Amino acid sequence: MDDRLAAAWRVLPDYLGQHVLLSACALGLGLLISLPLAIAASRNPAIRWPALFVAGLIQTIPSLALLALFYPVLLALSTLAKATFGHGFPALGFAPSLMALTLYSMLPILRNGVAGIISVDPAVLEAADGMGMTPGQRLWRVELPLAAPVIMAGVRTSAVWTIGAATLATSVGQTSLGNYIFAGLQTENWVGVLFGCAAAAILALSVDQLLGLIESGLARRRPWRIWTGATAVAAGVLLATAPLWAAGAPAYRIGAKNFSEQYILSELMAQRLGAVGARAAIRDDLGSATIYRALAAGEIDAYVDYSGTLWANVLGRRDNPGRAAVLTGLASGLAQRDGVKLLGPLGFENAYALAMKADRARALGVASLDDLARRAPDLTLGTDIEFPARPEWKSVQSAYGLRFRRLTTYQPTFMYHALEDGQADVISAFSSDGRIEADHLMILADPRRALPPYDAVILISPQRSHDPTLLAALQPLVGAIDAAAMRRANYAVDRPENKLTPAQAAETLAPR
Amino acid sequence: MISLRGVAKSYGGRQVVGPLDLDIARGAFVAILGGSGCGKTTTLKMINGLIRPDAGEVSIEGWPLGEAPWRRRRRIGYVFQEIGLFPHLSVAENIAVGPRLAGWDRERILARSAELLELVALSPDVAERMPAALSGGQRQRVGLARALASGPEIMLMDEPFGALDPIVREALGQDYRTLHERLGLTTVMVTHDVTEALLLADQVVVMDAGRIVAVDDPGVLLADHPEPAVRALMETPRRQARRLEALITGRAARG
Repeated sequence: MDDRLAAAWRVLPDYLGQHVLLSACALGLGLLISLPLAIAASRNPAIRWPALFVAGLIQTIPSLALLALFYPVLLALSTLAKATFGHGFPALGFAPSLMALTLYSMLPILRNGVAGIISVDPAVLEAADGMGMTPGQRLWRVELPLAAPVIMAGVRTSAVWTIGAATLATSVGQTSLGNYIFAGLQTENWVGVLFGCAAAAILALSVDQLLGLIESGLARRRPWRIWTGATAVAAGVLLATAPLWAAGAPAYRIGAKNFSEQYILSELMAQRLGAVGARAAIRDDLGSATIYRALAAGEIDAYVDYSGTLWANVLGRRDNPGRAAVLTGLASGLAQRDGVKLLGPLGFENAYALAMKADRARALGVASLDDLARRAPDLTLGTDIEFPARPEWKSVQSAYGLRFRRLTTYQPTFMYHALEDGQADVISAFSSDGRIEADHLMILADPRRALPPYDAVILISPQRSHDPTLLAALQPLVGAIDAAAMRRANYAVDRPENKLTPAQAAETLAPR
Repeated sequence: MISLRGVAKSYGGRQVVGPLDLDIARGAFVAILGGSGCGKTTTLKMINGLIRPDAGEVSIEGWPLGEAPWRRRRRIGYVFQEIGLFPHLSVAENIAVGPRLAGWDRERILARSAELLELVALSPDVAERMPAALSGGQRQRVGLARALASGPEIMLMDEPFGALDPIVREALGQDYRTLHERLGLTTVMVTHDVTEALLLADQVVVMDAGRIVAVDDPGVLLADHPEPAVRALMETPRRQARRLEALITGRAARG
């Protein structure tokens, strides 16, 4: 079997279990909230329009944004809880995903619930009243049974939406089938992307069919269909989530941002922990601001960040005192500010650097950012999605007076393709990227030192800063990876052919 | 047995019914007769509290309608024009609704359901069918059986045979009249059909524009009544009766 396919199968029980658990909880909670709300709304038009409007409005928020919005909200609540009750709760992962997906699941159930209940024949309702049913009996014996097929159709729609949207939970640190897709997109592992899509689609279709069986059972009064469907759904949820309960909670959680180097380094750290018998889970595809806050809050135990990123974004520094000074400044600054421990640099830099195709740069006579500033008004800059919002970009812009004709943002992988295709003339490359060499790119010199140094450093959460197992497992990595080795490993994952999985690439980096 | 005192109802400031007084004796078969919009259905619904009167009081055997009107409704059979069979329940289950609300046990309900199907002249194999699979006449009979199921003493009927063809309508009306006597019921039936009211009821309440204009035996109403509204209503059946009479005697004369 293909290595990538084998790797995908290996993590399927975990990804699928997490995905099913999240979707089932969100749908269950969504039902629990929407059904009573639908009943109240069907009774009272004063509730009906606001409820449907708000549910509709939530639906218009892109699901990715909805997920992202819950993180800061929960973080603030958690901080408040910590201040008030002495302990907070995790703001990353399951909780924000559950809340966002619950909201997301409500509209179809609410809408169909209201429609189903208010469309019950008034003559039938009058008969129910005339026979002496109490309002509750009328609801349970007449209105809900008659509305049940319509409500169930809403539940089906909602289930399909929820299962689809749950793939996005990966971006707030909740493992799901989306991990295949996010990671596959970054590393151009199309086998992984397809695998993730297929798994999510099969899951959604199976659930849809089973709920459809229940729906037709309700509509045509075939109790065996209702029971078969319900039993199959319940059994499926139990079966899919069984591996989660069997495995138990991991001892350590390693974070990763959303690019190949981060996947490799998080695998490397997890492998080191595994070697000493400690189970570690990886939470990947976290945004660079989110991941630091998650570490400071103790929701992840360790991850790799870059000195310049922390210097500018966390400590808010715009100066550049040089590599060593930045490292010592960071170590004391982060410890003081958040209690975060900087274990040490890995031994290579992954700097933000503006790069061009080497032949193009020579043709235009551009070798440094000073040269670029003269040519920039005719050129297009392609960057990753967060670069234009980062302080580093502002300092480069102001230091050199850069004004580009156009600025376009891409997923890092596509940014390199854009340069290759000529859609972008200059990109915000990463200096440890293997593609710089492979694609014959030229990194433009930064004589005014507008960009800070970007040493890769291991950060440890405040709670784990004295954990002997973790420190012993990760300490050997300090100073053990040079730029060439990292570039080779990155390229092994990113190259178009003969690709390695991040875990395989991590093995090539393991210190002997 | 049933007593309405100063009962009135208005919608949007417009007085629809009353104020009116009416007494209905135990065992009576009373028809409330009038044209569309005269307030007869509203009056009927105020008896079992489906509509709350704005003024006055409705009492049954001296007890006023309380805060939980469904308690009383369980002891009053109710049949209305649209029938309102529960579409998700079979015929037998529809009939069982009242007894279930009254907390009867399974055996008693089953026996009762069979008994009622026979009473309303439906074959036992109808029991398992769904309402959608029944003819109009069968549905109306099931509606009747459902209303009778928990053994009420009072039956309220709103145009119970209105949707049926004339032959079925006549037959079902007569069947019900027999049941009324056999079971010792007190029946209040709303109708706009003068002939039906005259032929089935012991006493006819004539309503016009929300008020009672006459309460009399059918015979008294058909005789030259002092009330112009009553005379106008009785004109059609009298003319029909004379015509039929002429046809019958003419034929007899020829024969």
